[in-house]
Amino acid sequence: MKFLMIIMTSVLVNNYVLSRFLGICPFLGVSKKLNQATGMGVAVTFVMLLATSVTWPIQHFLLDRFNLGYLQTIVFILVIAALVQFVEIVLKKYLPALHASLGIYLPLITTNCAVLGVTINNIRDGYTFLESMVSSLGCGVGFLFAMVLFSGVRSRLEDADPPKAFRGLPITLIAAAITSLSLFGFSGVATGLFGG
Amino acid sequence: MLTAILTAVGVVAVTGLICSVLLVVAAKYFHVPVDERETKARACLPGANCGACGYTGCDGYAKALASGEETRSNLCVPGADAVAKQLSDALGLAYADVIEQVATIHCGGDCTQAKRRADYQGISSCAAANLFYGGAGICPVGCIGLGDCAKACPNGAICIENGLAHIDTRKCTGCGICTKTCPHHLIDLMPDVERVLVTCSNTDKGADTRKACTHGCIGCKKCEKNCPSGAITVVDNLARIDYAKCTNCDTCAKGCPTGCIMISDFSGIHRYTVVPAASAEKSADPASV
Repeated sequence: MKFLMIIMTSVLVNNYVLSRFLGICPFLGVSKKLNQATGMGVAVTFVMLLATSVTWPIQHFLLDRFNLGYLQTIVFILVIAALVQFVEIVLKKYLPALHASLGIYLPLITTNCAVLGVTINNIRDGYTFLESMVSSLGCGVGFLFAMVLFSGVRSRLEDADPPKAFRGLPITLIAAAITSLSLFGFSGVATGLFGG
Repeated sequence: MLTAILTAVGVVAVTGLICSVLLVVAAKYFHVPVDERETKARACLPGANCGACGYTGCDGYAKALASGEETRSNLCVPGADAVAKQLSDALGLAYADVIEQVATIHCGGDCTQAKRRADYQGISSCAAANLFYGGAGICPVGCIGLGDCAKACPNGAICIENGLAHIDTRKCTGCGICTKTCPHHLIDLMPDVERVLVTCSNTDKGADTRKACTHGCIGCKKCEKNCPSGAITVVDNLARIDYAKCTNCDTCAKGCPTGCIMISDFSGIHRYTVVPAASAEKSADPASV
């Protein structure tokens, strides 16, 4: 039940893009086409899971042990960046097909704030290792969900004919704001359902 | 105090060191050799990733060239002949000129053929006329003839004669600006080697098309039956040519009862002209434009 609750909250209620406003850069940058948005979403999910699986042990077995909690941010960035580079190299060697579809997004999100945010929030919320992984999966799926949703909105925007001053980024930001409003309806649903 | 600082520095330094060693080892052991020919080919290409070559971007084309599955070095349209020459030299491939794209208009109904239902006296612009019930012509998709494309063309390659746009392919650079201005979307870009063209876009039934324009395609399927290479199909009462199969034999143009399949003679101003129909009933239709 706890896992279900974590998934629900991280996908819908505390959606990283649309409620916490993290990871806006790839959200606005790569959401123009559905296939690119999906690729980015999958890549982010993958990196979030990977990053959490490494940062959680580091926090608990290294930083906490030496009372170095304040070094969390810098160590996490270092480790995540190196890890993603490493995974990219390995993918290029052994899974060139996956690298071709995922690879171009990987360097873009090495130190993305959504990825860093997930790892830090997992520690802050006091999750166990398994709960952290589930939470990362949920956040990644939430990101994918937001990307797919918004790429649909943007494909409509392409056909629309807004006033000149709104064309391009302004109308995209307004659309993003309205899309994020739609998720506010979910706040309270998760606690209501699972008695959080 | 000092120990605390030293521990912090030590932990970060060691973490960084481990990460860097990991990356160095990985870069060494998982190194993927890149094909030298591919790098060379990629260096010649402009990097616009436009897809005009038919591959997924310049990288895709370079890869296909390097692996030998693609032997034509003249597929890069934006790079034109210069890039084709460089590619041929770099990879030792046969050189051929790049086939340029030219704008072609899919309507041939000038004011002697397309009938009007009104006398439009508003703003002299196709876009404005189109807002007013789609223009003054009966044909809902035909050329409005007020010259939005001619005004937009940066090279002065389009002129309006007898209420129909004509494209001078000697001046056309294939920029595609006109394709976006036509409110009926009649203009598109085609390789400059195709000889036959269906100069009609009307998908109405034959009888309705006939009432609107004597030039229009009535969907009689004569071309479909006559074509020796099976390149023509009539879909939605309009003939469509598959240029991958077309051999430019002119059979369709010669047989077309309305003359809407036209051929280009590639001479002079390079316009599409009606071939005098082989059947006696069409002798009244002279080579127009």
